[in-house]
Amino acid sequence: MAEFVFFLNKAVLSGLIIGSIYALGAIGLTLIFGILRFAHIAHGDVMTVGAFFTLALAGILSAMGFSSPIPLVLITLIPAMALTAAFSIGLDRIFYKPLRDRGSQPIIIVMASIGVMLMLQGVVRIFAGTGTRNMFFDQPKDIYRIPFPGSTRDLVLTEPQLVLIVFTFVAVIALHLFLTRSRLGKAMRAVSDNADLALISGINIDHVVKATWVIGGGLACAAGSLLSMDVFLKPDLSFNLLLPIFAATIVGGIGQPYGAIAGGFLIGFSETLAIFNWSVLLRPFKASLPFDLPSSIALVPTEYKLTVPFVILIIVLVYRPTGIFKGRVL
Amino acid sequence: MSFLSIADLTGGYGQMTILNSVNLSLEKGEIGVIVGPNGAGKSTLLKAMFGLVNVTGGTITIEDEDITRLPPDRFASRRIAFVPQEYNIFPTLTVNENLEMGAYSRSDDFSAIMEHVYDIFPPLRDKRDQVAGELSGGQRQMVAVGRALMIEPRLLLLDEPTAGLSPMFMSEIFDRVIAVNRTGVTIVMVEQNAKQALAIATTGFVLANGANAFTDTGKNLLANPEVAKSFLGG
Amino acid sequence: MTGSVQSAPATGYRRDIVVFAILGVIIAAVYIFQGSVYSTRVFVEAACYAILALGLNIQWGYAGLFNVGIMGFVAAGAAASMIVSFPTNPDFWNSHGPAMLAWFIVKLVLSGALIFFANLSQHIGAGPRLKPLLIAIAIAFAWIMLSSHMDRMAHEIETKAVWMGGLGLPVYLGWLVAAIVAGAIAWFVGKVCLGLRTDYLAIATLGFAQIIKHFLKNADWLTKGTLTVSPLPWPVPRPEDGDFLFARALYLSVVAILIVVIYLALQRAYHAPWGRMMRAIRDNEEAAEAMGKNVNRRRLEIFIFGCMLMGLGGAILIHFASVFDPAGFIDLNHTFLVWVMVILGGSGNNRGAIFGALLVYVIWVMSAPIASWFFDQLRVYGDLWFHWQAPGDLDARALQMRVFVIGLTITLVLRLAPRGALPEEISHKR
Repeated sequence: MAEFVFFLNKAVLSGLIIGSIYALGAIGLTLIFGILRFAHIAHGDVMTVGAFFTLALAGILSAMGFSSPIPLVLITLIPAMALTAAFSIGLDRIFYKPLRDRGSQPIIIVMASIGVMLMLQGVVRIFAGTGTRNMFFDQPKDIYRIPFPGSTRDLVLTEPQLVLIVFTFVAVIALHLFLTRSRLGKAMRAVSDNADLALISGINIDHVVKATWVIGGGLACAAGSLLSMDVFLKPDLSFNLLLPIFAATIVGGIGQPYGAIAGGFLIGFSETLAIFNWSVLLRPFKASLPFDLPSSIALVPTEYKLTVPFVILIIVLVYRPTGIFKGRVL
Repeated sequence: MSFLSIADLTGGYGQMTILNSVNLSLEKGEIGVIVGPNGAGKSTLLKAMFGLVNVTGGTITIEDEDITRLPPDRFASRRIAFVPQEYNIFPTLTVNENLEMGAYSRSDDFSAIMEHVYDIFPPLRDKRDQVAGELSGGQRQMVAVGRALMIEPRLLLLDEPTAGLSPMFMSEIFDRVIAVNRTGVTIVMVEQNAKQALAIATTGFVLANGANAFTDTGKNLLANPEVAKSFLGG
Repeated sequence: MTGSVQSAPATGYRRDIVVFAILGVIIAAVYIFQGSVYSTRVFVEAACYAILALGLNIQWGYAGLFNVGIMGFVAAGAAASMIVSFPTNPDFWNSHGPAMLAWFIVKLVLSGALIFFANLSQHIGAGPRLKPLLIAIAIAFAWIMLSSHMDRMAHEIETKAVWMGGLGLPVYLGWLVAAIVAGAIAWFVGKVCLGLRTDYLAIATLGFAQIIKHFLKNADWLTKGTLTVSPLPWPVPRPEDGDFLFARALYLSVVAILIVVIYLALQRAYHAPWGRMMRAIRDNEEAAEAMGKNVNRRRLEIFIFGCMLMGLGGAILIHFASVFDPAGFIDLNHTFLVWVMVILGGSGNNRGAIFGALLVYVIWVMSAPIASWFFDQLRVYGDLWFHWQAPGDLDARALQMRVFVIGLTITLVLRLAPRGALPEEISHKR
């Protein structure tokens, strides 16, 4: 039984957690892809910037002598999301919109987003250094141990992980309601469907673009912050996120927010299941196995985790470029 | 001055000039039909009226307001609607949502107009919660026109509304166009099926090589042997 | 098609003269202030970058292909050349390693064939449901077979011989193999992505570069991993008795000859029907397709060719540095710097790419001391005036300034001078 709980902890819960991060990042990416028609390569770095906003605001609160029973970073997450949303709109205004207005090809805007990516990486490291930081600087992380019936081992969940799972759940429902009930949300879907027709229908494209960056930036901040709370805040956070969130976006189908969510969890679970050591699950049956049980049976060694989203991406591009939710092929 | 008046309009895409000094005028409540051979600039003229083509000369006025070179997103609030020939619906939105998007520029309650659209296009009423991309060709065309009607347009521009439809649906669409026109909407329509279209036209405009060739009432154009020979296929 | 191609107007060459004169002045200044030994080293490296820039220029400038995985092709080429030309490791050849490696290659080929045939399975009557299943089984089978074999092989080689060593073959052969390996990888990536819009190519190349680097870093049996391999052989006599200048100048001449050859070949191709067709595809894909051009095939050709140049450039660069360190391949230095060179020099213009490479590399190298000087001043005066205690990792942060500047340069060039210093030379009549 202990082995099964180990499986739940290492594979199922981990997959849920990293899948939530990917899903939150991929939603923004897919909306930007669908509405502005370009691959926003700087998205991973918007996540990093968002995480730093959360930490910086918490640092300011703490410096002002503010203390609270819940960790400060959890309080500053929401204002940091707003800040990142505004920051994303600013990025669009300064770097992408002028190119769009000039009628540049989408690929030129993709290139500009690479420029923005490098600038953000540089700025973050100039101001915050290259070291790792602990987001929970004011108090230790709560760790919840949930006893599992019939097992000596507990299900383990940390405070930020719990917040992440709840947050993702709420965010997905809120996004669904926004996209299907609100006028602006429907307009976003309309622009993603047919931008020319939206324009001649009198839909205010500018509002739609802003809303896209607000959602994309806000969720990117949440994903970056919650991931940093779960582990540590590193300036090269974005580095390992970019490929999985792009894979999740394309697997889910470009322009499809629900696809991005599904894609995020698919990539997350694939990663954790691929690096999971399956020999643990077989250990109880060691005696009855016809062969010697190796100490480690994993599909992919941990250091090659990055290949999992990549391989999935390649398979999707070859066999089903529209993704599982029949998105657009650019 | 006429309700709609286009004077010496010249324009095209990029450096390429397609329209050469085209004139067109229409009174309120009329149906104007633009016909002509392929490449005559019929669709380009319609797009030029909606700010989608680079206009290099001439003017377009509606009820004495100059709308030449107005950006395309400003037409809805002026109650001018355009139905493109293709890609004229939001395929992943429901029928109801498509109509709502048509009314995006309105801030008032538009439920009565929506009912009115469903009255004109009864087949849509049952499918209001269905995704528009899954409808048949004729029904999609209804959604496209219905979307345009949501702003209660003064002027409705239709680009080949019967393109790709079977003859049965074709006459149904023409019937609807007449029905819409009876509610007081001025219509400018580009049509490939010149005979049927001219039959319902108040005024017909025959374009050739980006310029006016003939302008007369629909009936007279149909009766004109020269028009029949050159442009209506005998 | 008549009359659509004009020869470059006379004013175009005036621009070339001005631009290269400025470059000449800068080169002279570097030699005067930095001494000829160091300067020659900088220019060998800059020349290697010029090869990379030419490779990117034909992909982006001729065909509009968005390759952001240059680092991966550089690393793959460098590794291939290192393995071909490095002296042999007798421990490896006395172990079971060679046999296991041979088997690995056999299994690799078999796996490729297996997946290939699974892809063709509809011809032997597999339905739309069976085919994906067959492909999935083939991929899974190949994966398990290869990864388990690689585990055992890596263990055997690493315990008996540390790593497999090189093949001890001539350096020029190594460079050739570098180009071939990079081209083979490009074939695979291109096959997957080139039918789709070039955004996909960007993502795929970005990802592939990471994976190549990751593999080289972790495959200790193949590359010695973090232990690094050195000294790599040179095609010309290595600096002996401290006579660096002569040896480096010789190396520089080899690279310069290569660049001239590549440049002339590219110019010829550019003005040949092949080059016209490439530009036609870039400028109007649909029209080119309608005229019966096999767009994807042409794109694949140019993508492979560009990547071969990148592999070659990477090999030459790493042999000159003489140390193969997989961790030394960095997106910033080996991908984005090359991009800046090409778009600043003028995409679509080969002289522009060479000019951009030389200029940007010199600025790049000289900017490191300038940045640290600037931050030193910041530390001194920050303390003096504001009692600001500089963070301990200030020097590491100062280097990040360059990341920022590269990003800023990309966005500024796109905004202000999208055609670069030497714009594409042929004007198209519409």
